[in-house]
Amino acid sequence: MNTLSSSPGRLALRRFLRNRTAVSSVVFLLLATVVSVFGPWVMAIDPNQGSESPFVSPGALHWMGTDIHGRDLFSRVLVGTRISLLVGAVGAGVSVLIGVTWGLVSGWRGGRTDAWMMRFVDVLYALPTVVWVMLTLTLFETRCVGWLSERWPASIPAFRLAAMMVSLGSVSWLTMARIVRAQVLSLRERPFILAAQSIGVPPVRLMLRHFLPNLAGVVIVYLTLTVPAVVLYESFLSFLGLGVRPPQASLGTLIADGASQLNSVRVRWWLLVFPAGLMTLMLAALNGVGEGLRSAFEPRDGNGD
Amino acid sequence: MIHSLVQQNALVRKTGVFCCLHWWAGLFESLRPGLSVRALGVVLSVCAWVLTGCSPLERADLVLHNGPEPETIDPQILTGQADGRIASALFEGLTRFNPTNGMAMPGLASHWEISSDGLTYLFFLRPEARWSTGEPIEAMEVVWSWRRAVTPATAADYASQFFCIRNGRAIVNGELRDASRLGAEALDAHTVRVHLENPTPYFLELAASRVFSPIPRRAVERLGDQWIRAEPLPCSGPYQLLSWRVNDRFRLRRNPQYWDAAQVTAERIDILCGDNPSTALNLFLNGEVDLISDRKIIPGELGPELAARPDFHRFDYLGQDFIRFNTTRKPFQDARVRRAVAMALDRSRITARITRMGERPSAAVTPAGTGGYHPPAGLSYDPATARRLLAEAGYPEGRGFPAIEYTFNVGSRIYEQTGVEIQSMLREHLGIRVELRPLEWKTYLAEMSALNYDFIRGSWVGDYDDPMTFLDCFLSDSGNNRTGWKDVRYDRLLQAAAAEADPQRRLGILREAETLLVVEAVPVTGLYSHVGLYAADPRKVGGIWPNRMDEHPFFSMRRIRP
Amino acid sequence: MARVALIPVLLWVVATLSFFLLRAVPGGPFDRERAPASREVEAALKARYHWDEPLWRQYGRYLGNVMHGDLGPSLKYRNHSVNDLLGQTVPVSLALGGMAFGVAIGLGIPLGVLAALKRGGWADYAAAGLTLVGVCVPVFVLGPLLVLVLGLWLEWFPVALWGSWQNAVLPTLTLGLYFAARVARWMREGMIEVLRSSHVQTARAKGLSETAVILRHVVPVALVPVISYTGPMLADLLTGSFVVENVFQIPGTGAFFINSFFSRDYTMMMGMVLFYSLLLQVLNLFSDLLLRWVDPRVGS
Repeated sequence: MNTLSSSPGRLALRRFLRNRTAVSSVVFLLLATVVSVFGPWVMAIDPNQGSESPFVSPGALHWMGTDIHGRDLFSRVLVGTRISLLVGAVGAGVSVLIGVTWGLVSGWRGGRTDAWMMRFVDVLYALPTVVWVMLTLTLFETRCVGWLSERWPASIPAFRLAAMMVSLGSVSWLTMARIVRAQVLSLRERPFILAAQSIGVPPVRLMLRHFLPNLAGVVIVYLTLTVPAVVLYESFLSFLGLGVRPPQASLGTLIADGASQLNSVRVRWWLLVFPAGLMTLMLAALNGVGEGLRSAFEPRDGNGD
Repeated sequence: MIHSLVQQNALVRKTGVFCCLHWWAGLFESLRPGLSVRALGVVLSVCAWVLTGCSPLERADLVLHNGPEPETIDPQILTGQADGRIASALFEGLTRFNPTNGMAMPGLASHWEISSDGLTYLFFLRPEARWSTGEPIEAMEVVWSWRRAVTPATAADYASQFFCIRNGRAIVNGELRDASRLGAEALDAHTVRVHLENPTPYFLELAASRVFSPIPRRAVERLGDQWIRAEPLPCSGPYQLLSWRVNDRFRLRRNPQYWDAAQVTAERIDILCGDNPSTALNLFLNGEVDLISDRKIIPGELGPELAARPDFHRFDYLGQDFIRFNTTRKPFQDARVRRAVAMALDRSRITARITRMGERPSAAVTPAGTGGYHPPAGLSYDPATARRLLAEAGYPEGRGFPAIEYTFNVGSRIYEQTGVEIQSMLREHLGIRVELRPLEWKTYLAEMSALNYDFIRGSWVGDYDDPMTFLDCFLSDSGNNRTGWKDVRYDRLLQAAAAEADPQRRLGILREAETLLVVEAVPVTGLYSHVGLYAADPRKVGGIWPNRMDEHPFFSMRRIRP
Repeated sequence: MARVALIPVLLWVVATLSFFLLRAVPGGPFDRERAPASREVEAALKARYHWDEPLWRQYGRYLGNVMHGDLGPSLKYRNHSVNDLLGQTVPVSLALGGMAFGVAIGLGIPLGVLAALKRGGWADYAAAGLTLVGVCVPVFVLGPLLVLVLGLWLEWFPVALWGSWQNAVLPTLTLGLYFAARVARWMREGMIEVLRSSHVQTARAKGLSETAVILRHVVPVALVPVISYTGPMLADLLTGSFVVENVFQIPGTGAFFINSFFSRDYTMMMGMVLFYSLLLQVLNLFSDLLLRWVDPRVGS
């Protein structure tokens, strides 16, 4: 318990703002998001428009060069960042949604429900996630796309992206669930919860107004750490050929394409350096934010509970 | 000095690693008595031991990179080209391939006689032909092997190669249950007589193919389907099998019992298996690999740059890339639409910008020069006519045209890049909107067979040097058709060609059939003919020549020593 | 204990899920570009692998075989059984994984400890740099990059293949760096948290030397988050090993893992799933036990 009048949230914010790495990371991320979302519109270069000048190295006309079809790499990288951020955010969001709900319910109910729910988590832990992701993506591609192509073909790319985000999120929620459950178990015995219960506050209200704010710290930290994991997973899927569909591009697909430039015969360095560099910076920034949040939310006295 | 000591003395290495790990574990243990991190340490030591215990294999005379691990090297059931290469090192047929031009030359049979009508062949086996385990190879074994190949229970996918032999088709289809009715018999210990259904000009090349290789009867009777795992494996080819490590390598040793063993100079050959093209290239550039025999294992994006080097060899190859149209549903039900799309494609743009290996753009289905044949030109690039045809079909300037999908497999970036070009060409010339639909391999095959596509990428590699291998894919009842197109006229033309004895007239009939296929009906339209690429430093490796069949027999390969 | 008894149950659940889900995906192991020679030939092939039987029968037969330790024939590699393939490749993968794990803790833990002790010093920056490389660069970029620099340009190590200790360096480094970064980070976190705690003040007050304080009181407690991370880390190791084994052409199980899905080699896929599942569970159990040992406060 603190003796200051400010809320824990505001304290954390103050601590966060003092952390220079964290703040610069946030600024970078915001900048990247804004530029990637609005950039292509403002610059009016079509990332899918081929031209007659393939493999041009970076210069005045094409800031990051062009690829084999003569498409401007800069606009493709912007669009790719947009999609990667989207996939990362929504994927992590899905995992948070499932994980928090699961952990909350499991921790609150306790007893046998808790035991069974955690056992289910154990089962999923035992299943190699790559298999699951490949299965769901392929199943979606074959069963659902056919059904959709008859009714609403224009939505297919959006649905594909959604399928990927959901499947990526569905393999990352396990750790979140465990952590939330542990937190709930410890919070459950706190005086203010017991007091609220004795007054007769209904459980749902209890969870929303009392638990969630206290969980927010942990959840946000893990959110910022799950996003990089999801983005990297998507790039791995692109390496396998299961990632975002062409001509859409994500940083993952751009990097997977660019990885072939690591050879000793002919290196078109811009095809790898720019997407990989940007992704590294983005992930580093996300990490910085996560770390900053973590240390901001950590109680200073170190009692550990 | 320590460096070289460590490198050479394995015992020093092992002891060193062990000590390091135990010191580390001891440190941890001091933190918390009873903490058995030592157990972890032991596990890690064992791992390191296992590793450092593996002494590196001595380098073979020739090291080949063959591409991915073969599904099987049993010559009767294999289907992949990489699989066939390994099998061809171990087994030989009545004829074998000439390394300079891929044509047939005497193999296990020293000579043959062909009847004047071209329907009966008499093969005379060499008396000195033996298995690597010493038993003689006799005519009865050859006939027995062929009978086994056509028996449906063997499940040989290439059993269709036997259709040219009398009763071959009937036995494979299950209409005739008795495989001994196959039109091949052993007249004596060294003579095989074969009766063909039709005069087949390419029969000698067929006899060199893997499925026609005799297999060791004794091993099969002992081990059944898994006879190929016999140790020692009886081999009839220039090499025998020493060891087989999955996803690593095949180790081959020269076969002294081979009838032509005098010509075989490389004592040991290693065939590496892996499926990362960049790695294969690195191994080649490093000198660890002497020959890369499969184009698939050479990085596609670097093809043009590599082909300019003296140690990479480009050649025209017996393969064709094309596009299949689904003729069972809109919009490609209408032949005019198919023709319009075929004419709106600028194939030379694809070969110049995407594939860049000097492929010949072609709208036909058969590569030029196959067996001395010249295919019809097919529909050439003509956007104006294409637009007119599309308007005639009811979609002036692409208005009202349904959105269609171009399906392709995600194997190589080239397919995706080709798709992007096709997309832009159709949008530009016809105003049609095309979505790209990449699928992974098996899904791609399933969708293609189920006719669940609009238009789809396809390719075919010839089994023998004759246009028939390409054209009979599109027969009405062929499983390789996969377009839903059936035309009795086409079937009849191919039948007539098969029965025709005069080679020139035969090629003329085939040309007529192909004109019907790629100019009139167009269920399929060609894109370009394949160009092969293999890597071999001419200063290090000899006895390999580029040929259309991409056959590089092992008996002629040699390591050139300075 | 109950956890050990749970393992076969979980394996059965995983096996059943995979068995039926895999067959829901279109495309079969025998589909090829070239159509079968005839319907008879196709039927003979299917009969050989009992494909003509109803699904329940096939499932039962498969389970029965697994009980006897027979994982079935590989549907893609027609001359090998799954046991065969696993037997040849598992030792290699275990060796690679074990060594990468060794690098991860051998490099990560000391670096994390030093980074925490000397905040803002060279070790802290080294740890941060390592984190950047290990956490933000995908394995399929790191691998080829190391090959290019250390293998082709500098020629210090062989570019691929497996067999001698030189071959093992680059793949172990690629995989190990990936995890060393994470381990260093967790270690550093744990250390910082403990260093601030009252636990440490007590030890110092007892008059122990700084080194003893660090080694005996700080590090073991700080190890807790590292050990609890080993579970998920090992799962990650499996996906990472696929890429590393592919890039370095190492004959391990990683290649089969993903390729068996793409070739619809159901038996191989099931064998891989069972094997990895077993491995994951055993290793998770091991790390949980280790956790309990190191810090008895941690309940389940």
